[in-house]
Amino acid sequence: MYRYIVRRLIYVIPMLLGISSLSFFIMQLAPGDALTQMALSPDVTEEIMEAMRARFWLDQPPYMQYFRWIVQLLKGDMGHSFLWHAPVAWVIRQRVFNSLLLTVASLIVAWSLAIPIGIHSAVHQYSWSDKLLTFFAFIGVSIPNWFLGLLLLYLNLTRGWGLPIGGMTSIDFAEFTFWEKVVDLARHMVLPVIVLSTGTLASLMRYMRSNLLDVLRQDFVTTARAKGLAERVVIYKHAVRNAINPLITIFGFQLGGILGGASLTEIVMNWPGIGSLMLNAVQGQDYYLVMGNLVIGAVMLIIGNLTADVLLAASDPRIRYE
Amino acid sequence: MAMAKTQLDNGQAEFTDNGGALRSPWKMAWRKLRRHKLAVMGMWVLILLHIFAIFADFFAPYSEVNTDRRRTYHPPTKIHIFHEGKLVRPFVYGYQRVDTLRNIYEEDTSQMYPIYFFVRGDKYNILGFESDLRLFGVEAPGRIYLFGADRYGRDIFSRLAYGGRRSLFIGVIGLVVSMSIGLIYGGVSGYFGGWVDNIMMRIAEIIISVPSFYLLLALSAVLPPNIPSDKRFMLIVFILAFIGWAGLARVIRGMVLSIRQTEFVAGAEAIGASQPRIIIRHILPNTMSYVIVNATLSIPSFILSESGLSFIGVGIQHPLASWGNMLSEALNLSSLTRYPWLLVPGFFIFVTVLSYSFFGDGLRDALDPRSRTV
Repeated sequence: MYRYIVRRLIYVIPMLLGISSLSFFIMQLAPGDALTQMALSPDVTEEIMEAMRARFWLDQPPYMQYFRWIVQLLKGDMGHSFLWHAPVAWVIRQRVFNSLLLTVASLIVAWSLAIPIGIHSAVHQYSWSDKLLTFFAFIGVSIPNWFLGLLLLYLNLTRGWGLPIGGMTSIDFAEFTFWEKVVDLARHMVLPVIVLSTGTLASLMRYMRSNLLDVLRQDFVTTARAKGLAERVVIYKHAVRNAINPLITIFGFQLGGILGGASLTEIVMNWPGIGSLMLNAVQGQDYYLVMGNLVIGAVMLIIGNLTADVLLAASDPRIRYE
Repeated sequence: MAMAKTQLDNGQAEFTDNGGALRSPWKMAWRKLRRHKLAVMGMWVLILLHIFAIFADFFAPYSEVNTDRRRTYHPPTKIHIFHEGKLVRPFVYGYQRVDTLRNIYEEDTSQMYPIYFFVRGDKYNILGFESDLRLFGVEAPGRIYLFGADRYGRDIFSRLAYGGRRSLFIGVIGLVVSMSIGLIYGGVSGYFGGWVDNIMMRIAEIIISVPSFYLLLALSAVLPPNIPSDKRFMLIVFILAFIGWAGLARVIRGMVLSIRQTEFVAGAEAIGASQPRIIIRHILPNTMSYVIVNATLSIPSFILSESGLSFIGVGIQHPLASWGNMLSEALNLSSLTRYPWLLVPGFFIFVTVLSYSFFGDGLRDALDPRSRTV
């Protein structure tokens, strides 16, 4: 098991090289560079431009730029953001927390609702409540996140829900006491969290339902019932535990998308997270910021997948990795 | 009563078929699919939507770039059938803009514009034929806006039809491209195995490991802003396909690996069939049912990606319509609250995705060999 994990981790290195070089050369395809905008300003002389280009290695051929970026990365320096005039690592760190706050909160909401709802649907299969929930699940899966965001914003504004629209904090946030800050933040999170958790909730409860239905048809459940165990015990102690197992893989995938998955929602809801940062970075040809985001996103994805595999092996003794 | 009769018919068909020639698996699948009510409904909705988009020129009363800046954010026109208490042919009233700042319009009951069918409208070109025949419309100074108008006074209903051409077909075309790459790549990788397989799969995994939305953003941002719109459309299709093929290739490879071990492949090798022939004629067709189901279920992700990109302004560009970029006006919160009809394209995306998932679900049940005993 440990050897398997170590091998998978070692294997991440060539993968990251591949990902970063791919994204670097994609960015090179665009006409101009991060300083093109600056060159248009009449205040900036030719000499300054030359000096700037030399400082940020933009006068070098692309493969040299990439090579230098890798060398710097190994020293722990992710490069300089042209848009923010700050180190990339600093810029990303500012946003990572915001994104995590949103995605983790919506994962918690989705999972804590999906499991009980899924169990209810399976136990009361084809009842009116199951049918209603199935109906909502199909809607939840099919509605694009960003469109749901727009709809909620519209309802919020016209129906007088009074929730804040966009952003993460109110303007006078700094003057609030601690609890006021918490409440303010929570109020700002309501809409984005609803948007983000809807799709996850809908698909998770369907998975939970069909897994539990599968398990309930198995022989050991019949045996448990035959022993005279209470139905509650049969379901919660025997069936549900087995039905949750396959969901662990899904959890791993969600862990992988924990940073990049909320991008469009962040943009619609004006949430200052990684997604909106990435959009700005791409539009401003801020190479190193884009690269930094991509690499961190990819690392998260790889770690998520690995975690899924490991968790699955840990929970299911039938699975063994060489 | 009708139900019972159908079942009886089915039973008889089953009986005679067992005595005579075997039914083809496709016919059996079709039969099962038809029993799946939601899937059939989804299929019909999709067919209608695609017809609506293909013949956009005919169904839309105006061309997609027909602008009228005096009718900014015109609300949906009401269709009346009573005029001064009398039942008349359906018509719309003319509208007066009473507030030019907030774009508030009122009906002007002195102007009446009856709705006519098969009218002459904006010219278009279909398959090399020039025409100006449109399904419905009103006389010139009047305008009919079924779903209201956008900022430039363009008819949202018409733009939905034209936008559907891009938003719907980006899914289909993107899928065909990524499927072909995925099938061939996965087929070759799985068939040859060994180091070829190893290298090919590592490359595919690189694509899989990049957060796809980031990659999409990066790729569409490097498209030069001044390329012609049809070229841009094709480039976006290829970008989507470029991101979509790898996951499929990996699954196909797995299936090919197991099919390779079967006797009929050994047989084909023994009689000297060439390797490309074995892959294309003998191995890949066996992955078909999986591929078809997977295809149907992954079209929505293409549609969602395109509309998401266009929505944030890096996909299909104005003045051309796509369901995504029509919604980007709604990002402005004051427009969103005052002109809620801007949200209509979102419902079209939603209905399309929903129909695809109903249809795909039914298709999976119909094509899955494990469910064949039912």
